[in-house]
Amino acid sequence: MSAAPSYGDAVTIAPIGSLRGRLKARGIDRGLLLAVPAMVFVVLLFVYPFLYGLMLSFQPQHGDAFASYRQFFSDGYLRATIWNTLRLALPVAVVNVAGAMAVAYPLRKARRGRQALSTAFIVPITFGTVLVSDGMLTYLGPNGWLNQVLQDIGLIHSPLVLIHNYWGVFISLLITGFPFAFLLSLSHLTGIDPAFERAAAALGASPWQRFRRVILPLWAPGIGITFCLLFMLAFAVFPSAELVGNPSSTTHVLSIAAYFEAYERYDYSMACAITIVAALVELLIVAVVLTWRARAYHGASTVGKG
Amino acid sequence: MSEEVAVATGGRVSRGWVATPGRWLLRAALAFFLLNIAAIVATVVLDSFGTRWFGGWAPHGYTSHYYSWAWQQFGLPRVLFVTGVVAVGVAVIALLVGAPAAYILARRSFPGKRVAWAMFLLPLLVPPVTYGIPLATLLYRLGIGGSLLGVLVANLVPSVPLVVLALTPYVEQIDPTLEGAARACGARTSQVFRRVLAPLLLPGLLSAGLLVLVQTIGMFELSFFTAGPTDQTLVVALYYALWAPGIRPPQAIDAMAVIYMLLCLALLFTALRFVSPTQMVAQVKDNRK
Repeated sequence: MSAAPSYGDAVTIAPIGSLRGRLKARGIDRGLLLAVPAMVFVVLLFVYPFLYGLMLSFQPQHGDAFASYRQFFSDGYLRATIWNTLRLALPVAVVNVAGAMAVAYPLRKARRGRQALSTAFIVPITFGTVLVSDGMLTYLGPNGWLNQVLQDIGLIHSPLVLIHNYWGVFISLLITGFPFAFLLSLSHLTGIDPAFERAAAALGASPWQRFRRVILPLWAPGIGITFCLLFMLAFAVFPSAELVGNPSSTTHVLSIAAYFEAYERYDYSMACAITIVAALVELLIVAVVLTWRARAYHGASTVGKG
Repeated sequence: MSEEVAVATGGRVSRGWVATPGRWLLRAALAFFLLNIAAIVATVVLDSFGTRWFGGWAPHGYTSHYYSWAWQQFGLPRVLFVTGVVAVGVAVIALLVGAPAAYILARRSFPGKRVAWAMFLLPLLVPPVTYGIPLATLLYRLGIGGSLLGVLVANLVPSVPLVVLALTPYVEQIDPTLEGAARACGARTSQVFRRVLAPLLLPGLLSAGLLVLVQTIGMFELSFFTAGPTDQTLVVALYYALWAPGIRPPQAIDAMAVIYMLLCLALLFTALRFVSPTQMVAQVKDNRK
């Protein structure tokens, strides 16, 4: 927006050519001050702390500016946190999004079923991972209902170990993540005009062709966003990795490592370095998905009226 | 009538419960999923009333003793007080700060508007763990970490943007000529806001406020990073109890979990009267420009 303001349509209240008049012509006046408090909040409490953390990560307790990062990547136990996190977050995001698509697709026309399921699914999202972990400890434990049922019907002979390991965290992320994926992908799906599908059907497309050639290309951008959000949620897994995982080995994820450095060892530089590494890895994956998404179909998902 | 004709004429082919095996498989999987969630919730509730439950289908006997135990031993009066002050405080401040910004973003176009949008979207897109630790470090350096004020300030980070994004569509629905008319009648800006916009925005303010309440009550990470030993919110207290169970009876922990669950449900069903479930998770998507 470097073009000079056009004096022709400069506004009448302020004298033409005055600074106020020129600014007003571009939409800047005192009214915008109303947005300032909220902007200040975001800058002070979100942007500034992030930059502060970045700065802190380059100010280690000992050694040169990159010492925290070097230590992170040379220590096998710390370095493994990247793999531990990805090993959880990627499969969980894929399973959740694929499952949500399968459940949402047949519901695109069923309004009542949609509302009932949406209400049922918002409950576990509201409860959050801490409460779900609490329930899992009893329900999935060796004497829990699930193992009892499976043993009684003869499917297994000794209890499955579903908590205090990788699967505990996986299941907890499934329980809180799947409803999220379902609601998001359904809202994208219902945004697609049903006229497209009707047109395809009228032209003789089979149900599979309608899904593959008509709905899926229109749905893909929304699915991409849903996947990114789900991946980020799973990537930041914290309470359930502690409570139902094995936080010292298989589920020693990035957020646990960062928490430990900050609150147990008081090495804030290292904690911030881990946070920065986590953010970079996460952004890398998100960028890959969004790049792929950018190559997908771009266009209207509704039919113009009139 | 063949399916093609029905679809082409805009009719809906209702196959009802006579569906393909694939659909039945899907329904079964969904039912299994929901059943497990229900069972997880049920075990927590059942155990909180149980005297002893080491195996078998149900506890040996029932008592409400552990609720009074949890009430005293976990210091729940203080915990609930902190939770209430933080949640209501965050909601009020976020509304006061966020509403004017939502008004500007809905009504005006100005250079840098896209940047402003991005700034309000970003804190909602980034998981709290990533910015929570640097933020908590900063708050501790400023001397307000580990206090009620610290928890409140940290929870404002995702709440102010949430209010801005939730309110913008409500502002867009108000006819701008109403404001013009008020001004023509001699109302000052503050009067326009208090006497004209605020009453019309009331449903929006209510739903945005409820969304913030639900988010803050359930916000674990930010509250956890900034809470001191005496200023824990309910979900943080629950986490600490679970993390170091020690000598505490598990029934008492589950009793606290049930209290948290009831608080969540009460808020959730109040909120659902004003917003749809999809809106609750898809704020960002629904309002994206």
